[in-house]
Amino acid sequence: MRRVFLAVLGVAACTVVHADEFTEADLERWAAQFESVAQEGRRLWTSPELGTNGVACGQCHPNAANTHPETYPKFQKQLGRVAQMWEMVNWCIRNPLEGQDLDPGDARMTALLAYIAKERRGVALEPGKH
Amino acid sequence: MKMNRRGFLQRSGAAMAGSILPVSLVKLAFGQEQGGQDFTFAYISDSHIQQISGARFVRNWDQGLKRAVAEANLLEPAPDFVVFGGDLAQLGTKAELDHGAEMLSALRYPLYCVMGEHDYYLDLGEYWSELFGDHYYSFDHKGVHFVVLNSILTYDEWTYERWETPERRMLEMAGLDNPNGSPFMVGERQREWLRNDLANVPRSTPIVVLSHSPLQKIYKGWNFWTEDAEEVQAILAPFEKVTVLYGHVHQIQYNQIGSISFHSAMATAWPWPYPSTYAQSGAYVPVMTVPMNRADPFNERDATGWQFVDVHTGRVAVNYTLYDNKNRTVAFNAATGRPEDMEYQHPPRRIPPQAHY
Repeated sequence: MRRVFLAVLGVAACTVVHADEFTEADLERWAAQFESVAQEGRRLWTSPELGTNGVACGQCHPNAANTHPETYPKFQKQLGRVAQMWEMVNWCIRNPLEGQDLDPGDARMTALLAYIAKERRGVALEPGKH
Repeated sequence: MKMNRRGFLQRSGAAMAGSILPVSLVKLAFGQEQGGQDFTFAYISDSHIQQISGARFVRNWDQGLKRAVAEANLLEPAPDFVVFGGDLAQLGTKAELDHGAEMLSALRYPLYCVMGEHDYYLDLGEYWSELFGDHYYSFDHKGVHFVVLNSILTYDEWTYERWETPERRMLEMAGLDNPNGSPFMVGERQREWLRNDLANVPRSTPIVVLSHSPLQKIYKGWNFWTEDAEEVQAILAPFEKVTVLYGHVHQIQYNQIGSISFHSAMATAWPWPYPSTYAQSGAYVPVMTVPMNRADPFNERDATGWQFVDVHTGRVAVNYTLYDNKNRTVAFNAATGRPEDMEYQHPPRRIPPQAHY
Protein backbone atom coordinates (compact mmCIF):
# COMPACT_ATOMS: atom_id res chain seq x y z
CA MET A 1 0.00 0.00 0.00
CA ARG A 2 2.72 2.36 1.03
CA ARG A 3 4.66 1.54 -2.12
CA VAL A 4 1.63 2.27 -4.24
CA PHE A 5 1.14 5.60 -2.49
CA LEU A 6 4.74 6.57 -3.13
CA ALA A 7 4.42 5.57 -6.76
CA VAL A 8 1.34 7.78 -7.15
CA LEU A 9 3.15 10.63 -5.42
CA GLY A 10 6.05 10.13 -7.79
CA VAL A 11 3.82 10.41 -10.83
CA ALA A 12 2.17 13.53 -9.39
CA ALA A 13 5.56 15.10 -8.71
CA CYS A 14 6.68 14.37 -12.24
CA THR A 15 3.53 15.98 -13.62
CA VAL A 16 4.08 19.13 -11.59
CA VAL A 17 7.66 19.43 -12.75
CA HIS A 18 6.75 18.94 -16.41
CA ALA A 19 3.90 21.47 -16.31
CA ASP A 20 6.49 24.25 -16.50
CA GLU A 21 8.04 22.91 -19.63
CA PHE A 22 6.91 22.95 -23.21
CA THR A 23 8.09 21.40 -26.40
CA GLU A 24 8.70 22.51 -29.96
CA ALA A 25 5.36 20.93 -30.79
CA ASP A 26 3.69 23.16 -28.18
CA LEU A 27 5.32 26.26 -29.64
CA GLU A 28 4.16 25.35 -33.11
CA ARG A 29 0.65 24.71 -31.87
CA TRP A 30 0.45 28.03 -30.03
CA ALA A 31 1.88 29.96 -32.97
CA ALA A 32 -0.67 28.27 -35.21
CA GLN A 33 -3.44 29.32 -32.81
CA PHE A 34 -2.27 32.93 -33.06
CA GLU A 35 -1.97 32.70 -36.84
CA SER A 36 -5.52 31.43 -37.20
CA VAL A 37 -6.88 34.26 -35.03
CA ALA A 38 -4.81 36.87 -36.93
CA GLN A 39 -6.07 35.35 -40.19
CA GLU A 40 -9.65 35.71 -38.96
CA GLY A 41 -8.74 39.32 -38.12
CA ARG A 42 -7.54 39.86 -41.69
CA ARG A 43 -10.81 38.38 -42.96
CA LEU A 44 -12.86 40.75 -40.79
CA TRP A 45 -10.57 43.67 -41.71
CA THR A 46 -11.34 43.24 -45.40
CA SER A 47 -15.01 42.30 -44.99
CA PRO A 48 -18.03 44.60 -44.84
CA GLU A 49 -19.61 42.56 -42.03
CA LEU A 50 -18.50 44.81 -39.13
CA GLY A 51 -20.49 47.77 -40.49
CA THR A 52 -23.77 48.50 -42.23
CA ASN A 53 -22.67 50.43 -45.34
CA GLY A 54 -20.35 48.01 -47.11
CA VAL A 55 -17.21 49.87 -46.03
CA ALA A 56 -14.35 47.73 -44.66
CA CYS A 57 -11.40 48.69 -42.42
CA GLY A 58 -8.97 47.74 -45.17
CA GLN A 59 -10.35 50.36 -47.55
CA CYS A 60 -8.50 53.12 -45.65
CA HIS A 61 -5.89 50.90 -43.95
CA PRO A 62 -4.27 48.51 -46.45
CA ASN A 63 -2.23 45.94 -44.51
CA ALA A 64 -3.51 47.71 -41.37
CA ALA A 65 -1.06 50.53 -42.09
CA ASN A 66 -1.50 53.91 -40.38
CA THR A 67 -2.99 52.33 -37.22
CA HIS A 68 0.14 52.64 -35.01
CA PRO A 69 -0.62 49.87 -32.47
CA GLU A 70 2.80 50.38 -30.87
CA THR A 71 1.75 53.84 -29.63
CA TYR A 72 -1.22 52.74 -27.47
CA PRO A 73 -2.30 53.53 -24.83
CA LYS A 74 -1.85 57.17 -25.77
CA PHE A 75 -3.46 60.55 -25.44
CA GLN A 76 -6.00 60.63 -28.23
CA LYS A 77 -6.41 64.30 -29.02
CA GLN A 78 -9.87 63.87 -30.51
CA LEU A 79 -11.15 62.18 -27.30
CA GLY A 80 -9.21 64.41 -24.91
CA ARG A 81 -7.93 61.49 -22.82
CA VAL A 82 -5.64 58.49 -22.88
CA ALA A 83 -7.27 55.74 -24.90
CA GLN A 84 -6.61 52.13 -25.87
CA MET A 85 -6.39 50.69 -29.35
CA TRP A 86 -9.72 48.87 -29.14
CA GLU A 87 -11.50 52.16 -28.48
CA MET A 88 -10.16 53.51 -31.76
CA VAL A 89 -11.16 50.33 -33.59
CA ASN A 90 -14.70 50.83 -32.28
CA TRP A 91 -14.58 54.50 -33.29
CA CYS A 92 -13.91 53.41 -36.87
CA ILE A 93 -16.62 50.74 -36.74
CA ARG A 94 -19.15 53.34 -35.53
CA ASN A 95 -18.19 56.12 -37.93
CA PRO A 96 -16.80 55.22 -41.38
CA LEU A 97 -18.38 51.74 -41.18
CA GLU A 98 -21.65 52.97 -39.58
CA GLY A 99 -21.73 49.86 -37.36
CA GLN A 100 -22.11 48.94 -33.70
CA ASP A 101 -19.32 48.82 -31.09
CA LEU A 102 -17.77 45.44 -30.36
CA ASP A 103 -17.32 44.42 -26.72
CA PRO A 104 -13.60 44.79 -25.89
CA GLY A 105 -13.52 41.08 -25.03
CA ASP A 106 -15.35 40.02 -28.18
CA ALA A 107 -13.43 37.36 -30.09
CA ARG A 108 -13.76 39.53 -33.21
CA MET A 109 -12.02 42.43 -31.46
CA THR A 110 -9.23 40.07 -30.37
CA ALA A 111 -8.90 38.91 -33.97
CA LEU A 112 -8.74 42.48 -35.31
CA LEU A 113 -6.10 43.48 -32.75
CA ALA A 114 -4.10 40.32 -33.52
CA TYR A 115 -4.10 41.17 -37.23
CA ILE A 116 -3.11 44.81 -36.62
CA ALA A 117 -0.24 43.76 -34.33
CA LYS A 118 0.94 41.09 -36.74
CA GLU A 119 1.20 43.55 -39.64
CA ARG A 120 3.19 45.86 -37.33
CA ARG A 121 5.57 43.18 -36.04
CA GLY A 122 9.14 44.25 -35.47
CA VAL A 123 8.29 47.88 -34.64
CA ALA A 124 9.45 49.00 -31.18
CA LEU A 125 6.86 49.95 -28.56
CA GLU A 126 6.41 53.71 -28.18
CA PRO A 127 3.47 54.16 -25.80
CA GLY A 128 2.09 57.67 -25.78
CA LYS A 129 3.54 58.72 -29.12
CA HIS A 130 1.24 60.80 -31.31
CA MET B 1 -2.12 83.01 -65.93
CA LYS B 2 -2.21 83.55 -62.24
CA MET B 3 -4.78 81.92 -60.02
CA ASN B 4 -6.49 84.33 -57.78
CA ARG B 5 -6.70 81.96 -54.89
CA ARG B 6 -7.74 84.51 -52.30
CA GLY B 7 -10.63 85.55 -54.50
CA PHE B 8 -11.51 81.92 -55.03
CA LEU B 9 -11.45 81.16 -51.34
CA GLN B 10 -13.49 84.23 -50.50
CA ARG B 11 -16.10 83.35 -53.07
CA SER B 12 -16.24 79.73 -52.14
CA GLY B 13 -16.25 80.60 -48.45
CA ALA B 14 -19.21 82.87 -48.95
CA ALA B 15 -21.03 80.41 -51.16
CA MET B 16 -20.41 77.43 -48.93
CA ALA B 17 -21.06 79.30 -45.70
CA GLY B 18 -17.59 78.79 -44.38
CA SER B 19 -17.10 75.18 -45.33
CA ILE B 20 -13.94 74.18 -47.13
CA LEU B 21 -13.87 72.56 -50.53
CA PRO B 22 -11.65 69.72 -51.84
CA VAL B 23 -10.43 70.51 -55.36
CA SER B 24 -7.08 70.41 -57.11
CA LEU B 25 -6.16 72.97 -59.69
CA VAL B 26 -3.43 72.51 -62.22
CA LYS B 27 -1.82 75.45 -63.97
CA LEU B 28 0.17 74.84 -67.11
CA ALA B 29 2.37 77.65 -68.31
CA PHE B 30 3.96 77.94 -71.71
CA GLY B 31 6.69 79.85 -73.37
CA GLN B 32 5.21 82.39 -75.71
CA GLU B 33 7.84 81.42 -78.29
CA GLN B 34 6.05 78.11 -78.63
CA GLY B 35 2.80 79.80 -79.40
CA GLY B 36 1.35 78.36 -76.23
CA GLN B 37 -0.37 80.22 -73.45
CA ASP B 38 -0.84 79.66 -69.76
CA PHE B 39 -4.01 78.00 -68.65
CA THR B 40 -5.47 76.02 -65.79
CA PHE B 41 -7.58 72.93 -65.45
CA ALA B 42 -9.15 71.26 -62.44
CA TYR B 43 -8.28 67.72 -61.53
CA ILE B 44 -10.63 65.59 -59.43
CA SER B 45 -9.90 61.94 -58.73
CA ASP B 46 -10.72 58.74 -56.86
CA SER B 47 -14.27 59.26 -55.63
CA HIS B 48 -15.06 55.55 -55.13
CA ILE B 49 -18.82 56.04 -55.23
CA GLN B 50 -20.09 52.96 -53.37
CA GLN B 51 -23.58 51.54 -53.50
CA ILE B 52 -25.04 50.10 -50.30
CA SER B 53 -28.26 48.87 -51.90
CA GLY B 54 -30.93 50.32 -54.15
CA ALA B 55 -30.71 54.09 -54.07
CA ARG B 56 -28.47 54.12 -50.95
CA PHE B 57 -24.81 55.05 -51.38
CA VAL B 58 -22.01 55.59 -48.84
CA ARG B 59 -22.61 59.16 -47.71
CA ASN B 60 -18.98 59.91 -46.87
CA TRP B 61 -17.69 59.24 -50.41
CA ASP B 62 -20.66 61.04 -52.02
CA GLN B 63 -19.85 64.15 -50.01
CA GLY B 64 -16.25 64.18 -51.22
CA LEU B 65 -17.21 64.26 -54.89
CA LYS B 66 -20.08 66.70 -54.43
CA ARG B 67 -17.78 69.10 -52.63
CA ALA B 68 -15.05 68.87 -55.29
CA VAL B 69 -17.58 69.57 -58.06
CA ALA B 70 -19.09 72.49 -56.16
CA GLU B 71 -15.67 74.01 -55.50
CA ALA B 72 -14.39 73.49 -59.03
CA ASN B 73 -17.46 75.36 -60.26
CA LEU B 74 -16.45 78.32 -58.09
CA LEU B 75 -12.93 78.64 -59.49
CA GLU B 76 -12.00 82.04 -60.81
CA PRO B 77 -10.62 82.39 -63.34
CA ALA B 78 -12.57 79.43 -64.63
CA PRO B 79 -10.49 76.37 -65.54
CA ASP B 80 -10.48 75.44 -69.23
CA PHE B 81 -11.66 71.92 -68.44
CA VAL B 82 -11.79 69.27 -65.73
CA VAL B 83 -9.99 65.94 -65.62
CA PHE B 84 -11.46 63.10 -63.61
CA GLY B 85 -8.54 60.83 -62.74
CA GLY B 86 -10.31 57.45 -62.38
CA ASP B 87 -12.00 55.26 -59.77
CA LEU B 88 -15.31 57.05 -60.02
CA ALA B 89 -16.97 53.84 -58.77
CA GLN B 90 -16.02 51.35 -56.06
CA LEU B 91 -17.19 48.12 -57.73
CA GLY B 92 -17.81 49.32 -61.29
CA THR B 93 -21.58 48.82 -61.31
CA LYS B 94 -23.97 50.78 -63.51
CA ALA B 95 -25.60 52.19 -60.38
CA GLU B 96 -22.30 53.53 -59.05
CA LEU B 97 -21.10 54.89 -62.40
CA ASP B 98 -24.49 56.49 -63.07
CA HIS B 99 -24.58 58.08 -59.60
CA GLY B 100 -21.04 59.41 -60.07
CA ALA B 101 -21.76 60.65 -63.59
CA GLU B 102 -24.82 62.47 -62.27
CA MET B 103 -22.67 64.34 -59.75
CA LEU B 104 -19.99 65.10 -62.38
CA SER B 105 -22.70 66.40 -64.71
CA ALA B 106 -23.00 69.47 -62.45
CA LEU B 107 -19.56 70.65 -63.63
CA ARG B 108 -19.74 73.79 -65.76
CA TYR B 109 -16.68 72.81 -67.84
CA PRO B 110 -15.72 70.19 -70.42
CA LEU B 111 -14.76 66.89 -68.77
CA TYR B 112 -12.02 64.42 -69.70
CA CYS B 113 -12.10 61.06 -67.91
CA VAL B 114 -9.39 58.53 -67.07
CA MET B 115 -10.15 54.86 -66.45
CA GLY B 116 -9.50 53.42 -62.98
CA GLU B 117 -9.41 49.76 -61.98
CA HIS B 118 -12.59 50.16 -59.90
CA ASP B 119 -14.38 51.39 -63.05
CA TYR B 120 -13.00 48.65 -65.26
CA TYR B 121 -12.85 45.13 -63.85
CA LEU B 122 -16.58 44.36 -63.65
CA ASP B 123 -17.38 44.69 -67.38
CA LEU B 124 -13.91 45.65 -68.71
CA GLY B 125 -14.93 49.28 -69.08
CA GLU B 126 -17.96 48.72 -71.28
CA TYR B 127 -20.49 50.78 -69.36
CA TRP B 128 -17.89 53.42 -68.45
CA SER B 129 -17.33 53.84 -72.22
CA GLU B 130 -21.01 54.45 -72.82
CA LEU B 131 -20.82 57.34 -70.35
CA PHE B 132 -17.37 58.76 -70.95
CA GLY B 133 -16.03 57.54 -74.29
CA ASP B 134 -12.72 55.94 -75.30
CA HIS B 135 -10.46 54.18 -72.81
CA TYR B 136 -7.41 55.99 -74.22
CA TYR B 137 -7.14 59.04 -76.46
CA SER B 138 -5.27 62.29 -76.99
CA PHE B 139 -6.16 65.93 -77.56
CA ASP B 140 -4.42 69.26 -78.01
CA HIS B 141 -5.10 72.32 -75.94
CA LYS B 142 -3.37 75.72 -76.23
CA GLY B 143 -0.10 74.28 -77.44
CA VAL B 144 -0.01 71.28 -75.09
CA HIS B 145 -0.48 67.71 -76.28
CA PHE B 146 -2.55 65.72 -73.76
CA VAL B 147 -2.50 61.93 -73.73
CA VAL B 148 -4.95 59.87 -71.69
CA LEU B 149 -3.86 56.28 -71.06
CA ASN B 150 -5.68 53.29 -69.60
CA SER B 151 -2.84 52.17 -67.37
CA ILE B 152 -4.76 49.70 -65.18
CA LEU B 153 -4.79 46.76 -67.60
CA THR B 154 -3.10 43.54 -66.54
CA TYR B 155 -2.15 40.07 -67.80
CA ASP B 156 -4.73 38.43 -70.12
CA GLU B 157 -4.80 35.22 -68.08
CA TRP B 158 -5.75 37.16 -64.94
CA THR B 159 -8.36 39.23 -66.76
CA TYR B 160 -10.00 36.61 -68.95
CA GLU B 161 -9.41 33.20 -67.41
CA ARG B 162 -8.70 33.22 -63.71
CA TRP B 163 -12.02 34.23 -62.17
CA GLU B 164 -15.32 32.44 -62.47
CA THR B 165 -17.43 35.61 -62.55
CA PRO B 166 -16.89 39.29 -63.43
CA GLU B 167 -18.07 40.21 -59.91
CA ARG B 168 -15.34 38.05 -58.36
CA ARG B 169 -12.74 39.60 -60.69
CA MET B 170 -13.84 43.08 -59.64
CA LEU B 171 -13.69 42.22 -55.92
CA GLU B 172 -10.23 40.69 -56.24
CA MET B 173 -8.86 43.82 -57.94
CA ALA B 174 -10.72 46.20 -55.59
CA GLY B 175 -8.71 45.20 -52.51
CA LEU B 176 -5.62 47.42 -52.60
CA ASP B 177 -3.46 45.01 -50.58
CA ASN B 178 -5.03 41.82 -51.94
CA PRO B 179 -2.32 39.30 -52.89
CA ASN B 180 -4.75 37.84 -55.46
CA GLY B 181 -4.59 41.11 -57.44
CA SER B 182 -2.32 41.67 -60.41
CA PRO B 183 0.11 44.41 -61.46
CA PHE B 184 -1.19 47.25 -63.61
CA MET B 185 0.18 47.83 -67.09
CA VAL B 186 -0.37 49.94 -70.19
CA GLY B 187 0.34 47.00 -72.47
CA GLU B 188 2.04 46.65 -75.84
CA ARG B 189 -1.01 47.52 -77.95
CA GLN B 190 -1.49 50.86 -76.21
CA ARG B 191 2.23 51.58 -76.18
CA GLU B 192 2.20 51.11 -79.96
CA TRP B 193 -0.74 53.51 -80.18
CA LEU B 194 1.22 55.99 -78.03
CA ARG B 195 4.29 55.76 -80.27
CA ASN B 196 2.11 56.49 -83.30
CA ASP B 197 0.22 59.27 -81.52
CA LEU B 198 3.48 61.04 -80.66
CA ALA B 199 5.20 60.35 -83.97
CA ASN B 200 4.37 63.73 -85.48
CA VAL B 201 4.46 65.80 -82.30
CA PRO B 202 7.50 68.15 -82.20
CA ARG B 203 9.95 67.32 -79.40
CA SER B 204 9.54 70.83 -77.99
CA THR B 205 5.76 70.50 -77.57
CA PRO B 206 4.85 70.10 -73.90
CA ILE B 207 3.26 66.71 -73.23
CA VAL B 208 0.86 66.02 -70.35
CA VAL B 209 0.04 62.36 -69.78
CA LEU B 210 -3.00 61.48 -67.66
CA SER B 211 -3.06 57.97 -66.22
CA HIS B 212 -4.70 56.35 -63.22
CA SER B 213 -1.71 54.42 -61.90
CA PRO B 214 1.72 56.01 -61.41
CA LEU B 215 3.76 55.52 -64.60
CA GLN B 216 6.66 54.81 -62.23
CA LYS B 217 7.34 52.01 -59.76
CA ILE B 218 6.78 52.89 -56.10
CA TYR B 219 5.25 49.88 -54.28
CA LYS B 220 4.05 46.80 -56.10
CA GLY B 221 2.08 45.42 -53.12
CA TRP B 222 -0.50 48.21 -53.43
CA ASN B 223 -0.19 48.68 -57.18
CA PHE B 224 1.48 52.07 -56.66
CA TRP B 225 3.14 50.70 -59.75
CA THR B 226 2.90 50.18 -63.50
CA GLU B 227 4.58 47.02 -64.71
CA ASP B 228 5.74 48.50 -68.05
CA ALA B 229 6.55 51.95 -66.62
CA GLU B 230 10.09 51.98 -68.05
CA GLU B 231 8.82 51.19 -71.55
CA VAL B 232 6.27 54.02 -71.37
CA GLN B 233 8.88 56.41 -69.96
CA ALA B 234 11.20 55.50 -72.84
CA ILE B 235 8.52 56.57 -75.34
CA LEU B 236 8.11 59.91 -73.52
CA ALA B 237 11.80 60.55 -72.80
CA PRO B 238 12.69 62.25 -76.13
CA PHE B 239 10.29 65.10 -75.41
CA GLU B 240 11.69 68.14 -73.63
CA LYS B 241 8.79 68.80 -71.26
CA VAL B 242 6.69 65.91 -70.07
CA THR B 243 4.36 65.79 -67.09
CA VAL B 244 2.56 62.68 -65.88
CA LEU B 245 -0.49 63.27 -63.66
CA TYR B 246 -1.87 60.19 -61.93
CA GLY B 247 -4.49 59.24 -59.37
CA HIS B 248 -4.88 55.92 -57.55
CA VAL B 249 -2.55 56.67 -54.61
CA HIS B 250 -4.87 58.98 -52.60
CA GLN B 251 -1.92 61.07 -51.43
CA ILE B 252 0.55 63.73 -52.52
CA GLN B 253 3.54 62.34 -54.40
CA TYR B 254 5.87 63.93 -56.90
CA ASN B 255 9.05 62.92 -58.67
CA GLN B 256 11.31 63.71 -61.61
CA ILE B 257 12.80 61.07 -63.91
CA GLY B 258 14.81 62.57 -66.77
CA SER B 259 12.61 65.08 -68.56
CA ILE B 260 9.45 63.62 -67.00
CA SER B 261 7.78 65.25 -63.99
CA PHE B 262 5.34 63.13 -61.99
CA HIS B 263 2.52 64.44 -59.81
CA SER B 264 -0.23 62.51 -58.05
CA ALA B 265 -3.74 63.63 -57.10
CA MET B 266 -5.52 63.57 -53.77
CA ALA B 267 -8.65 61.46 -53.58
CA THR B 268 -12.04 62.95 -52.81
CA ALA B 269 -13.00 59.74 -50.95
CA TRP B 270 -10.32 58.85 -48.37
CA PRO B 271 -6.53 59.17 -47.94
CA TRP B 272 -4.08 56.26 -48.06
CA PRO B 273 -1.00 55.71 -45.92
CA TYR B 274 2.39 56.11 -47.57
CA PRO B 275 3.80 52.67 -48.48
CA SER B 276 6.85 53.39 -46.32
CA THR B 277 4.60 53.23 -43.23
CA TYR B 278 3.69 49.58 -43.82
CA ALA B 279 6.33 47.98 -41.63
CA GLN B 280 6.62 44.82 -43.75
CA SER B 281 6.76 46.56 -47.16
CA GLY B 282 10.36 47.74 -47.34
CA ALA B 283 8.99 50.42 -49.69
CA TYR B 284 9.67 54.11 -49.89
CA VAL B 285 8.20 57.17 -51.58
CA PRO B 286 10.06 59.32 -54.10
CA VAL B 287 12.69 61.05 -52.00
CA MET B 288 11.78 64.56 -53.13
CA THR B 289 8.15 64.17 -52.02
CA VAL B 290 7.18 66.17 -48.95
CA PRO B 291 4.30 64.05 -47.61
CA MET B 292 0.84 65.39 -47.00
CA ASN B 293 -0.13 65.89 -43.37
CA ARG B 294 -1.17 62.81 -41.43
CA ALA B 295 -4.92 62.48 -41.62
CA ASP B 296 -7.22 63.14 -38.69
CA PRO B 297 -9.90 60.47 -39.09
CA PHE B 298 -12.30 62.46 -36.91
CA ASN B 299 -12.46 65.12 -39.64
CA GLU B 300 -14.16 63.21 -42.39
CA ARG B 301 -12.71 65.17 -45.30
CA ASP B 302 -9.23 65.66 -43.84
CA ALA B 303 -6.43 64.56 -46.18
CA THR B 304 -8.87 64.36 -49.08
CA GLY B 305 -9.19 67.03 -51.72
CA TRP B 306 -8.79 67.99 -55.33
CA GLN B 307 -6.32 70.03 -57.30
CA PHE B 308 -6.09 72.70 -59.94
CA VAL B 309 -3.28 72.53 -62.41
CA ASP B 310 -1.55 75.61 -63.67
CA VAL B 311 0.25 75.13 -66.97
CA HIS B 312 3.06 77.63 -67.36
CA THR B 313 5.93 77.51 -69.89
CA GLY B 314 4.94 73.93 -70.57
CA ARG B 315 5.51 72.88 -66.98
CA VAL B 316 2.94 72.18 -64.36
CA ALA B 317 2.12 73.59 -60.95
CA VAL B 318 -0.31 71.45 -58.99
CA ASN B 319 -2.34 73.30 -56.40
CA TYR B 320 -3.78 70.96 -53.79
CA THR B 321 -6.99 72.14 -52.21
CA LEU B 322 -7.00 70.46 -48.81
CA TYR B 323 -9.93 70.66 -46.47
CA ASP B 324 -8.53 70.68 -42.99
CA ASN B 325 -4.93 71.59 -43.79
CA LYS B 326 -3.34 74.54 -45.52
CA ASN B 327 -3.46 74.27 -49.29
CA ARG B 328 -0.22 73.28 -50.98
CA THR B 329 1.42 74.01 -54.32
CA VAL B 330 3.95 71.71 -55.96
CA ALA B 331 5.49 73.42 -59.00
CA PHE B 332 8.30 72.72 -61.43
CA ASN B 333 11.42 74.61 -60.38
CA ALA B 334 13.40 75.45 -63.51
CA ALA B 335 16.54 76.06 -61.43
CA THR B 336 16.60 72.55 -59.93
CA GLY B 337 14.78 70.84 -62.79
CA ARG B 338 12.20 69.10 -60.62
CA PRO B 339 8.84 69.66 -58.95
CA GLU B 340 9.07 71.23 -55.51
CA ASP B 341 6.66 72.19 -52.80
CA MET B 342 6.50 75.98 -52.75
CA GLU B 343 6.50 76.14 -48.96
CA TYR B 344 7.79 72.94 -47.40
CA GLN B 345 10.49 71.62 -49.75
CA HIS B 346 13.47 72.78 -47.70
CA PRO B 347 13.77 70.25 -44.81
CA PRO B 348 13.79 72.84 -41.98
CA ARG B 349 10.44 74.15 -43.29
CA ARG B 350 8.66 70.85 -42.71
CA ILE B 351 6.11 70.49 -39.93
CA PRO B 352 5.43 67.60 -37.47
CA PRO B 353 2.20 66.38 -39.20
CA GLN B 354 4.28 65.59 -42.31
CA ALA B 355 6.20 62.90 -40.39
CA HIS B 356 4.62 59.54 -41.23
CA TYR B 357 5.49 56.29 -39.51
